Amino acid sequence: MSHEATSSTTRGDRPPRALTARGGWWRGAAVPATSLTVLVVVLLAWQYLPPMFAVPKYIIPRVSDLWFEGIRMWQQENLLGHFISTASMSILGFVLGGLLGAIAGYTLGLLPTWEKVLSPYILALQIAPKVAFAPLFILWFGYNAWPKLIVTILVVFFPILVNVLQAMRVMDRDLINLARAYNMSRTKIFLKVMLPFSMPNLMAGLRIGATLAVIGITVGELVGGEIGLGYLISFGQGQANTAMVFDAIGLLTLIGIAMYWAVAYIEARVLHYVPRAIDPPPPSQP
Amino acid sequence: MSPNSPNVLHLQDVARRFPGRAAGAPPFTAVRNLSFAVGAGEFVSIVGPSGCGKSTLLNMIAGLDRPSEGTVSLHGIEVSGPNASVGFMLQKDLLLPWRTVLHNVEFGLEARNLPAAERRERAMRELSRCRMTEFADRYPYQISGGQRQRAALARTLAIDPDVVLLDEPFSALDAQTKLVLQKSFAGTIAMAGLTTLLITHDLSEAVAMSDRILVMSDGPGRIVEEIEVGLPNRDNPLERLGTPRATEIVKHLFHALHIDNRLDA
Repeated sequence: MSHEATSSTTRGDRPPRALTARGGWWRGAAVPATSLTVLVVVLLAWQYLPPMFAVPKYIIPRVSDLWFEGIRMWQQENLLGHFISTASMSILGFVLGGLLGAIAGYTLGLLPTWEKVLSPYILALQIAPKVAFAPLFILWFGYNAWPKLIVTILVVFFPILVNVLQAMRVMDRDLINLARAYNMSRTKIFLKVMLPFSMPNLMAGLRIGATLAVIGITVGELVGGEIGLGYLISFGQGQANTAMVFDAIGLLTLIGIAMYWAVAYIEARVLHYVPRAIDPPPPSQP
Repeated sequence: MSPNSPNVLHLQDVARRFPGRAAGAPPFTAVRNLSFAVGAGEFVSIVGPSGCGKSTLLNMIAGLDRPSEGTVSLHGIEVSGPNASVGFMLQKDLLLPWRTVLHNVEFGLEARNLPAAERRERAMRELSRCRMTEFADRYPYQISGGQRQRAALARTLAIDPDVVLLDEPFSALDAQTKLVLQKSFAGTIAMAGLTTLLITHDLSEAVAMSDRILVMSDGPGRIVEEIEVGLPNRDNPLERLGTPRATEIVKHLFHALHIDNRLDA
């Protein structure tokens, strides 16, 4: 908290960038404005180019088709219910997968012998395409929420496990020795040194996991289920309703982005002590 | 400082061997036949070539490692594990980047069950002794290398150690910061009356800061010479260095360590 105060005062001391930069006030807005222009151009091209080249709607629906199909799905297909189901299952799978991945990572990090014993299998499981297990889980658990949840947990689990394990491997031995020399208990060393030390890696793993969670849920819903955006994709495909497929993909992306942002926000809060490249250098006195 | 003051730290015929790298390889002897004592309030430096087992020695005194032969004792009690009466400091400041300077200084005290208020009070006292009070709420990345080492010294002193082990604490600093910090450390240590063992490569640093210098040789490490510095003003290393006696000792050490004949470093 005190750091935030420090850096904000430092920032306040500097003259505002927009005033000093050549070109005037609009300089700061140039990049977002260009991004927005790109979006508008792409949407316009999407709307007007396919009809010009006589591309049928069931191949590439126009932007307006997507909009009206979205409204129809909202009214007739219980779009909100499907959206909420996918979003909540993604978050649940992400949280559970992240928790299990972190626990496994710390446990193996503390037990190097077991890590060596298990590392070939961890590698094999890490390489195996987890989403391919979805049909298997349906055979085992039936058409309910479990298969997609387990696929998601598996998909999220590994990047987090591997990142945490990496942090535990590169741990500064001198830091541990320092804590040992202070006669700290093993529990305290873990909580006060190892856990915070691994935080940047854990957060990086969580960021990857947040984007993968949506993939896990989608595959689970595609393979078997009667609810969720993945189900809508498979349903829309059966009906040759291309606009429905596009809309569902768009909403899935939205869920993924929201989860990524949430993790990035938490990360910025947790890792506030890591100097960032954009921060001004700290004022230093001799 | 006087030769008949009671010994705080005592090493008797200490040797440390490590198993050979390859299976069946002969064990590697890091140090052997080490015997010396450090009296209460005395400042002793150990100089020697790199790889002469200085870090091994330090780990044994800190209780992180046990000797293969001989004994290390503090106040007459054999060191058998990490204990609260030894504070050590390395070339790396080892400040935890996620903690403020103040919380870093409190770190060593957190192993004991002290009330939070007392911890805070002791940490603030050491910070003021190391003239770091105004940086208490900074994070390590927000302060300079010299300030970081001062914070590390405050953390070392906060546990109220009987012996302070300094393992090349100035060697990662630029030349000017180094001189400033040597003076700062010397003042703090003299004021607190601490028993100190400094391990260093820097010959003039050893002469400027200590009462006594032990010269170690490598392969395996043992003490080959002992020099009484016999200069006043231990709290002002810069002033000491200007004296003819200091120049003479540095020159002597230079020859004792065969630095002029060394080709490898």
